[in-house]
Amino acid sequence: MNLNLIKPNKENLYTYLTIGISLLGIGFIDILINTFLNLNITGFFPSVISYLTPLLLGAFGLHFIRIEYSGNKILDTINKNFNSSNFNAILSLIVIFILIKYVPLLLNWFFFDANFLGSTKEDCTGEGACWVFVRVWFNRFMYGMYPDAEQWRINISFLTLLSSIGLIFILPNRFKKYIILFLLFIFPVIALNLISGGIFGLEWIETGAWGGLSLTFIVSAFALIFCFPIGVFLALGRRSDLPTVRYSSIGFIELWRGVPLITVLFMSAVMFPMFLPDGTYMDKLMRVIIAITLFEAAYMAEVIRGGLQALPRGQYDAAKSLGMGYWRMHFLIIMPQALKLVIPGIANTFLALVKDTPLIFVVGLLELAGMIGLAKTNPKWLGMATEGYVFAALVFWIICFSMSRYSQNLEKKLSTER
Amino acid sequence: MSNIIELKNVNKWFDKFQVLKEINLEVKPKEKIVVCGPSGSGKSTLIRCINRLEEHQEGSIVVDGIEISENTKNIENIRAEVGMVFQQFNLFPHLSILDNCSLAPIWVKKLPKKQAEELAMENLKRVQIEDQAAKFPGQLSGGQQQRAAIARALCMEPKIMLFDEPTSALDPEMIKEVLDVMVDLAKGGMTMIVVTHEMGFAKEVADNMIFMDEGRIVERAKTNDFFENPKSDRTKLFLSQIL
Repeated sequence: MNLNLIKPNKENLYTYLTIGISLLGIGFIDILINTFLNLNITGFFPSVISYLTPLLLGAFGLHFIRIEYSGNKILDTINKNFNSSNFNAILSLIVIFILIKYVPLLLNWFFFDANFLGSTKEDCTGEGACWVFVRVWFNRFMYGMYPDAEQWRINISFLTLLSSIGLIFILPNRFKKYIILFLLFIFPVIALNLISGGIFGLEWIETGAWGGLSLTFIVSAFALIFCFPIGVFLALGRRSDLPTVRYSSIGFIELWRGVPLITVLFMSAVMFPMFLPDGTYMDKLMRVIIAITLFEAAYMAEVIRGGLQALPRGQYDAAKSLGMGYWRMHFLIIMPQALKLVIPGIANTFLALVKDTPLIFVVGLLELAGMIGLAKTNPKWLGMATEGYVFAALVFWIICFSMSRYSQNLEKKLSTER
Repeated sequence: MSNIIELKNVNKWFDKFQVLKEINLEVKPKEKIVVCGPSGSGKSTLIRCINRLEEHQEGSIVVDGIEISENTKNIENIRAEVGMVFQQFNLFPHLSILDNCSLAPIWVKKLPKKQAEELAMENLKRVQIEDQAAKFPGQLSGGQQQRAAIARALCMEPKIMLFDEPTSALDPEMIKEVLDVMVDLAKGGMTMIVVTHEMGFAKEVADNMIFMDEGRIVERAKTNDFFENPKSDRTKLFLSQIL
């Protein structure tokens, strides 16, 4: 037998495989024992070497099994995907080892050592998370200070919203536009009246009592619906030939982009009322929604302008040569293409908008994260900040991830390759 | 017969660079004119001025009795009468071929959708790609795209067609199918101004030839005279190089 340790070859395939897999196996066993039994079997080495042992063993092991065109399908797949060079092998090992070492820790905290049942902080006896906190406060986290007896109004609004969105996916194209029109123009009015009340014998519930996740949705939904068209017009305005339109658009965009959102919100609550005529009153929530809308519209405008600039001049020429005027050219030819190009950017802005909503705490409105901030200061529930914010993170992640997936689907659906 | 297009002393500058110098041109209805010349001589700019895709700074351009000026309504009316075909096709990639053709008739001429689509199919048949109507531009070959672009322009039922190097971006094999469509169109009596280097096409359909160089019309002559008996030395040199 002639073993070449530097350059494994196909002749002694099984010898190399045996050596390689053993080394790799020892590496994995070391890290598994380390994670699950809390034993450091290489503890007699100096600490750095002890820490790196599994990595070194694994790297040597992978080196020995890196045999091209071995004829063994599984081996070839492994080599191609994890083990194409020493560097890539080490990179793959590091990622796998980190997962093995820390995912169980996380899972323990989340599930295995966590407490789910009970009604007070004292019921949390385990090492892990105390989900009792979230359970007890769940109602407040969803509805804020909205009276329990009236929460059906919020539920009905959101069920209508969800079922209409569901219908959009199910119904044929012919009916879709009616549902979209309903969602854009009729639904917001109905929902707003239903939730705030004051008509049809419904109890009036002032916006100060709104809160929790439902407020997150209300603020985000209104801001999303309005910031998009405003952004479109600002983007067009910034490219307009008319100096007044152009410079006012530039001024507007640069003003809002140059100011932190938290300042804008603060101003909307404190300074804006000073500009209103005496005796008129505008609801705090409404002012906040307007502020967020205008703020995000400025970003939206720049995203859309990026799309407009990416379109070749020939598209404008062709539209003009067919006798289309400014508006027909933009809404039939230019915008559909430009918007399609910047779907990732639009999704980005929308996600940022949703994640910016917690900032409305500065004017005293408490949406999901705000309610959690309030609950964690309750004397009976001190020390629950981690659970609370992890829960908030999870909820926001679910919302944002679904939006991101939707935008990716939309991108795929609309692509008609050039 | 009165002129359908009339350019008088047209001058145009890109910043300080003068691209068109004292252009005078009259086109009669049903006349076919081929414009040739070296690149950068201003031939594309000239025909783009006729439907105001470029602004001229001096002189007057009158198309079908309407003077081109800052008045946007006039410009839109002129553009609806003047079809244009581009070197890069410029089809709308987000619309099917049928929608590409029926969009302007629906939104500019206000035809009912059904009628506009019939018109579109008629013109697609005329350029022999009616079987591609449901496809998107990206799925067609270059020659098919250019024929679709011609059909799209024809759907506006224009009085004048402008062609800006319609075959320059095509593979040699596809040039013929586009030229065939153009020859057909010429025989149907369309007023055409064509910027092209296809001299075979010019000899076959053009009534008059225009040779441009450095922003000027150097020579304008009947097609036969132009090829057999060019007057200026610059024209002779150009023809000797491309024929």
